[in-house]
Amino acid sequence: MSIVNRVATALIAPLVAVVAAMVITSVVITVVGDSALEFWQIVLSAPADRAYVNIVNQATMIFLSALAAAIGFRMNLFNIGVEGQYTIAAYSAALFAGAAFLPGLLNVAVALLLAMAVGAFWAGIAGVLRVTRGVSEVISTIMLNAIGLTLVGYLLNTYGQQTGNARRTPVIEVESRLPGWTPFLERDGAVFNLVILAVLAGVGYSLLLNRTRFGFDLRATGFSESAATASGVNVRKMVVISMLLSGAIAGLVWMPALFGQAHSFGTSFQVGLGFIGIAVALLGRNRPLGIMFGALLFAFLNEQSNRLTLETDISQDIVQITQGVIVLAIVVAYEVVRRYRVAAERRNVSSRPEGDAKTPEESVPV
Amino acid sequence: MSLRTPERSGQGSAARALNILPLWLLIVVGALLAVSAVRVLTGTPEMNSRGTLSAAILATCPILMAAIGGLWSERAGVVNIGLEGQMILGTWGAAYFTYYYGPWVGILGAALLGAVGGALHALATVTFGVDHIVSGVAVNIIGLGGAKFLASAYFENLDGGGANQLTGLDSPTRFTVPGVSDVASDIAARGWFVISDLAAVVAALTTNMSLMTIAVFALVAATAWVLWKTPFGLRLRSCGENPQAAESLGVNVIRYKWIAVVTSGAFAGIGGGFLALVASSGFVNGQTGGRGFIGLAAMIFGNWRPGGILTGAFLFGYTDSLPLVQNSEQTVHALLLLLAAGLIGLALWNLRKGLKVSAAVLGAAGAGFLLLFLVTDRVPRDFTSMTPYVATLLVLAFASQRLRMPAADGQIYRKGSAG
Amino acid sequence: MNAEVAIEARDVTKRFPGVVANRDVNISIRAGTVHALVGENGAGKSTLMKILYGVQKQDEGTLSVNGREVSFGSPTDAIADGIGMVFQHFMLADNLTVAENVVLGSEKLHGIGDDAHAEIKRISDAYGFGLDPDALVERLGVGERQRVEILKVLYRGAQIIILDEPTAVLVPQEVDALFDNLRELKAEGHTILFISHKLDEVLAVADDITVMRRGTTVGETTPADTTKRQLAELMVGSELPSPQSEHTTVTDEVQLEVEDLTLHDERGRALLTDIDLTIHRGEVLGIAGVEGNGQAELVETIMGLRKPSTGRVVLRGKDMSSWSTRERRDAGIGYIPEDRQRHGLLLDAPLWENRILGHQTREPSVKGILINRAGARADTERIVDAYDVRTPSIDTLSAALSGGNQQKLVVGREMSGEPVLLIAAHPTRGVDIGAQAAIWDHIRDARREGLAVLLISADLDELIGLSDRIEVILRGCLVGGFDPQSVTPQDLGSAMTGGGEEAAS
Repeated sequence: MSIVNRVATALIAPLVAVVAAMVITSVVITVVGDSALEFWQIVLSAPADRAYVNIVNQATMIFLSALAAAIGFRMNLFNIGVEGQYTIAAYSAALFAGAAFLPGLLNVAVALLLAMAVGAFWAGIAGVLRVTRGVSEVISTIMLNAIGLTLVGYLLNTYGQQTGNARRTPVIEVESRLPGWTPFLERDGAVFNLVILAVLAGVGYSLLLNRTRFGFDLRATGFSESAATASGVNVRKMVVISMLLSGAIAGLVWMPALFGQAHSFGTSFQVGLGFIGIAVALLGRNRPLGIMFGALLFAFLNEQSNRLTLETDISQDIVQITQGVIVLAIVVAYEVVRRYRVAAERRNVSSRPEGDAKTPEESVPV
Repeated sequence: MSLRTPERSGQGSAARALNILPLWLLIVVGALLAVSAVRVLTGTPEMNSRGTLSAAILATCPILMAAIGGLWSERAGVVNIGLEGQMILGTWGAAYFTYYYGPWVGILGAALLGAVGGALHALATVTFGVDHIVSGVAVNIIGLGGAKFLASAYFENLDGGGANQLTGLDSPTRFTVPGVSDVASDIAARGWFVISDLAAVVAALTTNMSLMTIAVFALVAATAWVLWKTPFGLRLRSCGENPQAAESLGVNVIRYKWIAVVTSGAFAGIGGGFLALVASSGFVNGQTGGRGFIGLAAMIFGNWRPGGILTGAFLFGYTDSLPLVQNSEQTVHALLLLLAAGLIGLALWNLRKGLKVSAAVLGAAGAGFLLLFLVTDRVPRDFTSMTPYVATLLVLAFASQRLRMPAADGQIYRKGSAG
Repeated sequence: MNAEVAIEARDVTKRFPGVVANRDVNISIRAGTVHALVGENGAGKSTLMKILYGVQKQDEGTLSVNGREVSFGSPTDAIADGIGMVFQHFMLADNLTVAENVVLGSEKLHGIGDDAHAEIKRISDAYGFGLDPDALVERLGVGERQRVEILKVLYRGAQIIILDEPTAVLVPQEVDALFDNLRELKAEGHTILFISHKLDEVLAVADDITVMRRGTTVGETTPADTTKRQLAELMVGSELPSPQSEHTTVTDEVQLEVEDLTLHDERGRALLTDIDLTIHRGEVLGIAGVEGNGQAELVETIMGLRKPSTGRVVLRGKDMSSWSTRERRDAGIGYIPEDRQRHGLLLDAPLWENRILGHQTREPSVKGILINRAGARADTERIVDAYDVRTPSIDTLSAALSGGNQQKLVVGREMSGEPVLLIAAHPTRGVDIGAQAAIWDHIRDARREGLAVLLISADLDELIGLSDRIEVILRGCLVGGFDPQSVTPQDLGSAMTGGGEEAAS
């Protein structure tokens, strides 16, 4: 298949999905009695400067979350536990950084490593349960989500510092905070420094999966576990390592916000990034470029929808429906495109004329 | 040919009786004795008082409906993790329709909304061949967002309503069996070994019992009958065991899978409806709290059979109702002892079967919980709310290996793949 | 034998994307006879059969049953017209009982309860099948499962029974039993259509024979009017390959040694018992046996995919028993798996990535910890060339290739990198005759260079033609050795079923 053909087939699915989602969203809004036109006018309007900053920041965190999920997906492992993993990791990192055992940026670096370790550990539990006891990681990660969230809630309530009505971990010292970049005015906010993490993670992911032996083993296991085993891959080891890697990246999800804005773990903690990440991973077909576009799209929708509550009667939650429909539509579209591609290739294969054959089918050396 | 020697025939009539009784009966009796013993030893009557059991039954039903929903789908070969989303849609449906038409139409509405969720899943997986888990994840997102949006769109201006809730709804009628209820409750409160425990069960079943609960159990029985005793059920199950074989015999596999998955969604929806109307006072955002997933776990625990599912759902439902029980911190603490006893019992049984590694792991876990029990005297409130999730994990971790799911479960099916 | 025609197909044509599976097919099956349809793999027999049973619909041409023209939309229609089909790959649900499997789809006939059970028992007794309606299919052996399949069609009142390669999984003695059943069915007035590529059997049991080649019918005859050789030539279109005998290449150097190998499954059943075998440099050791007697387990144990309970596997003097599969492959073992789609290929990946599979730690696919794309691609081109893999490019997904070409790729890949030991399980399964001969040549060439080969095959001609020695495996034990130069298929068949206790060694 030519390059143009390939690009076209790659883009058709997302395009169809987005259009379908737009149509369905409009229908739902209209049925409920509001104005679809109003909705699109607001959502598709040019973002304010402040919004640009927020979108980039949000997209970064969504990107990390999606990457974490994607590592698992490439291996047919469904790590639905990103939510719990990044929550526990964020709490641990905030606690550590707030305690200020180490100075300045060293504090930040070690806290990041700690976050990765904690996230990896939490995900690793599910991985180990799967290889030793055959427990489906879908259910175990979901259970671990709930357990993790409750655990953090308990720890925060019992040991956290009191400020007003809320509790939080000790605030991080000024030297360990990252100021970020301010592209517009001061009041429009700063882009998190740790956006770099996302870039590094994305590049690392791509190199690892496509260029290394380990990556090949991982993808092979995702394609066909039986073939991978026969080729020498130790699938059980791969499952555990994959979950650890996935959890490690998940641990980093909220780090940009922690060091760039919140400076402690408390009411400012953002929930839900784990689930959005899973959706975006599916959207981006588990590839860094696709995930990046998906993350930007979702961040854009979320940011723009903030204005809905201020300027219309339409609830912000409609965007969740849009996002859900995009995901469903896109996976359907991907499947259709995939089947089409295989059928097309089959046609291509059989259409080669007999004359090309080196050894004619009939003749047999005797 | 040697005759049986006197020593052997003196094996003891008790031991021989043990060999005759069916296994499940032995387990039930054993469990009853164990629970009763622990209750008396630790002095925690709330463990299985009438009130606790009533609450447990209420908590069981939504999980049970989700689990049965999962059963319908997986028996036809489609994995449905979208049960949570379908349940959420059911809670909204129940609230909306009950507000305008009363609780029974409300439940139908819940089933309808859940079925819509099921249809989305069926469309993606059965018609388009998308991976079942991926589709389930998408359905969950849509269900969650959908219910939230519809709630804020429709409930804000209603009586008892707001952007995130709709309370004060009518519930289905409750009834109490006169006489039996009073006597049983009385005996239950006495605290006698085993007798009071049994009485508590009777009391819970006859006091303030919702008609909806009866309906739920009737649905379970109906499911068992339909799936295993009718031609329709046979065909549906064959789609989950070997769809190619079914197709070769003229079964329209696609149609049966569709029916199964939509039904699955409907059941999850009913579970949500029960949650909103009977177990709670109405619709509240986020009230499902993962019960759809716990239902899935109950289905796996039940080895994809209605009897096992009942047991699993009750187990999880019981742990789910614990945080609401009076004196929950002590009760959960007492349960640690029960858990330790159970694990050690399992360990001994495994040892008898010669499975040494299993026995060692179970024994270690049992010892660990025993230690925990002895060292602490209460379990903090936050942890009690974790119990259903921890229970799910533990059960799956220890029981996953002996299970047998439908042979073609999760398989992407394409027509014409026969032969 | 009456002259009435039970089934007739006239000028039937069926196309799929990229291939014409049936072209102008004409076949006429007389009622009350056993009619054989022969042809090699890929000749179009499967497709024709699916059309006759209603699983597919023809694009052109007509079908008639008992003189009446018919059009089948699905198997239900065919069943209604009295046609029953027994597939080569059994269509049975393991977790359901015999009765549930039989009754499925035809619950209206006798319900699903006692009446159905009684009817099943009746048919089973009438033909001596010996089946229990409440038995779980999972517990049944191969022969019993086949009888369940036949019972399924009889239960539905089939008058015309189509059997697709029924003897593929049976040994000569079981085949005779099946043929007795068929003769009884014929005596009761049933018509049998029997698809096969095993000419001895066809000549033994058929009344009429139709030959297909490359999608069309090329000849009709009867056993009285033809010989095996003539049939084979009709099937292939030219002369047959005959087993080669050349001067021996076997050396004294021991390449692979298996000692006292015993393997148990989780329930403690013995899958392999005390296996001892030796393969020398330049030697091909063939293992003969009915499928399911331990061949797959033996191969998996040698490859490190299963852990034996006792025994050792030694490669060139080094004990491999504790090595992982990867380490064994690195030591130079090539593995052509029995099921290429499950164990040999990544279907959704392009050919050049499939080249890397199984060789992720060695040249030319790999440089250090990185994948060497250029190297892998270049070598893939080489394989495509040397093994005549039909594909438009090496970026094509392997799922797009035909079975035979997939197999050629796998064989080419496994024979690269100069392996010291090649484990070949049914290496030419699904491969057309021309490519089969080419693969045999590659193996012989490699053998001359010193390759040791463990060959598992159900194709007795392949075993006899390629092996230097043959061992027979039965229920996990090696029960006898044979010299390919002097053995006959009957000797082998006897040993494979345990009939010949006094098997020559």
